[in-house]
Amino acid sequence: MPDQSNDDQSTNGQPKDEDLAKRLERLKSNLDGPDGMAAEAQRDEQLRAQRAHSKAGIAQAFRLSSEFIAGVVVGGGIGYAIDKFFETSPWGLIIFLLLGFAAAVLNVLRASGMVAESEMSLKTVQDQQKKVDNRVSDE
Amino acid sequence: MAFTGHFEEDEATVANDPISQFNISKLLQLDVGGYDISFTNSSLFMVATVAASAAFLIFTTSGRGLIPSRLQSISEMLYEFVAGLLRDSAGSEGMKFFPIVFSLFTFILVANLFGMFPYFFTITSHIVVTAALAFGVIGMVIVYGFYKNGLGFLKLFVPSGVPGVLIPVVVLIEVISFLSRPISLSVRLFANVLAGHITLKVFAGFVVSLSGLGLGGVIGAILPLAFAVALTGLEFLVAFLQAYVFAILTCMYINDAIHPSH
Repeated sequence: MPDQSNDDQSTNGQPKDEDLAKRLERLKSNLDGPDGMAAEAQRDEQLRAQRAHSKAGIAQAFRLSSEFIAGVVVGGGIGYAIDKFFETSPWGLIIFLLLGFAAAVLNVLRASGMVAESEMSLKTVQDQQKKVDNRVSDE
Repeated sequence: MAFTGHFEEDEATVANDPISQFNISKLLQLDVGGYDISFTNSSLFMVATVAASAAFLIFTTSGRGLIPSRLQSISEMLYEFVAGLLRDSAGSEGMKFFPIVFSLFTFILVANLFGMFPYFFTITSHIVVTAALAFGVIGMVIVYGFYKNGLGFLKLFVPSGVPGVLIPVVVLIEVISFLSRPISLSVRLFANVLAGHITLKVFAGFVVSLSGLGLGGVIGAILPLAFAVALTGLEFLVAFLQAYVFAILTCMYINDAIHPSH
């Protein structure tokens, strides 16, 4: 009998039902286990998050170079305009090109998330955190 | 500006020149008060972009099915995508800006995708168009920021916790950083679209020139043809991503304007 190889005591009808129940339970635990359906759903979720993350990653890659160039160009432009109007050549260009470079580095750091997006949004986040903390301490 | 019809060319040279696809040609001569406001091919495609996106949205949502049809669910996905983008970065307070963000995203996306049709004009490949969009966004952010926060909006340029000696330098850097936003916003969109279309045209031109050289040329043309096919796929990705980047940055700038420091 094929059943006997599976379970040690399946001689009459009663134990066979028990056997079935046991197997059902095993199936259920397998489904919920590390390779089960729940785990699969979780993996799906992770994959979706990863995909969203990679989309944001490509978008960020597009940002970085243009943020840097824009900073230097705007700094140089302001310096050049100041030199034109106040005839301070070449000091306006020198100073504002350097400031533009600093602004460009700041832009890139912000775009890559190494520096807080801006002082204001940082404060809102901190305030929200404070509110959450207060609520927790109230309870 | 420089592109007011000096670019009229003889049709014969158009075929192999990668730049001629960006020529502006006047379709309808108009002159008001000394200003040249002629209706050009660029204007035509702007009108077509707006008309196509508006018609698609109106047509697909007119059924208002509780169970959406295929086309209706495309419109709904578009709506939910932009709404999620805006809510994530600017909070529910930013939702009053939803119409403009949605319009910008749809306009740029449809314009970019229109540009992928052969012989179509790509309006986002001209910096005038993208700069107008970018300066419009920044102008709106500045006006709303001052309207909402008054002079408190200027705190955007003064980070807290900076030693007094450094404040002038830091403020200058922050101002330059703020002014560079519209530049980077417009240059990114325009440069990516322009460069992509030129590259595509150059590789396609290789195929044509090489295959004119006989059998060896035809075999040699397989490689640039493969590149052209791959680049077409990349251009579709860029078309979507540039619209996405423009929309998400608009959301972030709106966030700067509505969330004041306390």
